[in-house]
Amino acid sequence: MERIEVQKVQKWLDMLKDQSVYLHLETTNGAYASHFDNKGINVGAYIRNAKVRYTQAKIIGDGTSFRVGLKMELGWIYAEGLTHWTIHENDQLLLAGHDQEGRLAVALQISERPFAHQGNTL
Amino acid sequence: MEKHVVIIFPHPDDESFGTAGSIIKFRQQNIPVTFLCGTLGEMGRNMGKQIFANRETLPMIRKQELAAVGKLLDMDIHLLGYQDKTLEFEDRQEVAEHIKEILNKIKPSLVITHYPGYAVHPDHDAIGAAAIEAVRLMDPEERPTVWAQAISTNYQEELGKPDVIHDVRDIFDQKMEAILTHRSQAEGMLKEINGHLQLAKEDKENLKRRLGLEQFYIWEYHD
Ligand SMILES: [Zn+2]
Repeated sequence: MERIEVQKVQKWLDMLKDQSVYLHLETTNGAYASHFDNKGINVGAYIRNAKVRYTQAKIIGDGTSFRVGLKMELGWIYAEGLTHWTIHENDQLLLAGHDQEGRLAVALQISERPFAHQGNTL
Repeated sequence: MEKHVVIIFPHPDDESFGTAGSIIKFRQQNIPVTFLCGTLGEMGRNMGKQIFANRETLPMIRKQELAAVGKLLDMDIHLLGYQDKTLEFEDRQEVAEHIKEILNKIKPSLVITHYPGYAVHPDHDAIGAAAIEAVRLMDPEERPTVWAQAISTNYQEELGKPDVIHDVRDIFDQKMEAILTHRSQAEGMLKEINGHLQLAKEDKENLKRRLGLEQFYIWEYHD
């Protein structure tokens, strides 16, 4: 993945708006957070291939980490802490935030076709 | 001597961190080893020191890393096909039946899995429970011995001294080679020394202390 370039990502967000898209949204501090730091708790949330439609999208940030907000008819989707992006297989927009050790902490991915699911990769 | 050893863990790399030394020693005695790997670890957070993987490429990368470890340790790999981080939400009985079918074909003399409740990661606990149930479902005459591996911080206080202790410090470099073959997951342990990513000496000594003994509890069935 590459460091986020706002204009390029904004262009992709706009290209994918006003249509039915598949969304992957995830955040995690890892399954071992409370194992290695007994004061911590494991937190995380995950949804893959949620079918959504957004009418407006913005990426905003300070140059190192970014926030993306997607406005839907009946609500919002957002992610923060995004640092990297890439286009997977020519058409899937992947955004991710990595901590100092390079571990993924948040991911927001948007695609016109479903993301590969269990079994597809075997 | 064992006839065939089956290792049942949920993630590519569990076998290397937990049992690479034992696998090497079984293979030295020509005992076949099969690793039933529950998932591809596709939800892992580690993407490589230079971030060479992403959420979509990670499954294939980890699958290739696992195949390379299979070659390195000369063991068979069998993928169970579940999705990372969802094993505890699957129907336990279904997973147990799935594992039992495979065990009935391989007919191992020994099964190694995680100790449910003492294995930290929900997938570890779930696959340990399903594997133990799978063996319980077998004809008592044909059941393999089950060794359960605990990894939680205070497991010895609650479970007592493990029944089986393999000291693998004599082959620790080989164990590290297996761990580091899971490059996407293990590369973060390395440091740049003289322009190369290497395992620092003090880090290796630490790992040797943590991973140099492979310990197991013999599961007792009371049915
Ligand atoms: Zn694991």
